[in-house]
Amino acid sequence: MNMVEAVPLPWVLVVAAGLFCIGLFGSLSRRNTVGILLGVELMLNAVNLNLIAFWRYLEPNLVAGQVFALFIITVAAAEAAVGLAMIIAIYRSRLTVNADEVDTLKG
Amino acid sequence: MNILILVIFFGLSAFTLAAGVMVVTVKNIIHAALWLIASFFSVAALYLLMEAEFIAIVQVLVYVGAISILVLFAIMLTRHVTGEGVRQLYQRWWVALIVAAALFGVLIVPTVFNFQWSVPTAPDQSAGLSSAVQIGTAFMREYLLPFEIASVLLLVALIGAIVIAFEERASRRRVLTLAEEVELRRQRGESLRLAATPTAPEAQNTGSAPSQP
Repeated sequence: MNMVEAVPLPWVLVVAAGLFCIGLFGSLSRRNTVGILLGVELMLNAVNLNLIAFWRYLEPNLVAGQVFALFIITVAAAEAAVGLAMIIAIYRSRLTVNADEVDTLKG
Repeated sequence: MNILILVIFFGLSAFTLAAGVMVVTVKNIIHAALWLIASFFSVAALYLLMEAEFIAIVQVLVYVGAISILVLFAIMLTRHVTGEGVRQLYQRWWVALIVAAALFGVLIVPTVFNFQWSVPTAPDQSAGLSSAVQIGTAFMREYLLPFEIASVLLLVALIGAIVIAFEERASRRRVLTLAEEVELRRQRGESLRLAATPTAPEAQNTGSAPSQP
């Protein structure tokens, strides 16, 4: 009467891998740097989904799976804060947020 | 009962993936952020389906409550370059599509088709699932050092975000202390009163944007 009996583990893995690849496509193809960050957030969500699925299906009595997911959420929050601050700083100095127009380092 | 769980799982998964596709393809970046919130919610519902209720609550609090609002603020602060008329994807976006699709194939074929997961058929229900109480205990015992490091990381990210976003307003490479900034403003006010023109580096620096307080 729970999800372990109803849904096999590989289906959850397929969903998480699909979400990861969608986020990868977004972060590689977007010009807007905010859009790139949105793709990174999607990828982190997919990783968390994988961790929770492995915890629930393989080792439901150990606490490590949920603890790892919590650490990933913490790191994602820190990454989002610093990344968006960098985007705002870039916008202030260059008046653009498109990644292909910030090309000072290009040779 | 199993059929019901299966239907809920498929609905949530389809909605999560559809919202993710909307996040990466929609033209308006604000709509992309709103679709991202929808995706976060359905992932939280998947956590609830997998009986990880504490993670689901944290997901809603942190992702939906904090990160989405941060993203929306960043979009609004950089507003007038994010319109619908601007091209949103690179010209060679299909290369990214090929890379993502190839990674999906590389991930899925070994894990789903060529590997037999040893899921315990009758899981031990006597010990019960690890609950929020056990998570808290684990944070105070065996994960104490990572817990403290995570708090230091959050502090560093807080200070770093403030420093990075504050840099331009101080119009210096170095972040000034409060006394130095008061002194700088006093000098600048006097020089402005005397000369009534902005200094050359600032005019060159910001272009059309007003930067003077």
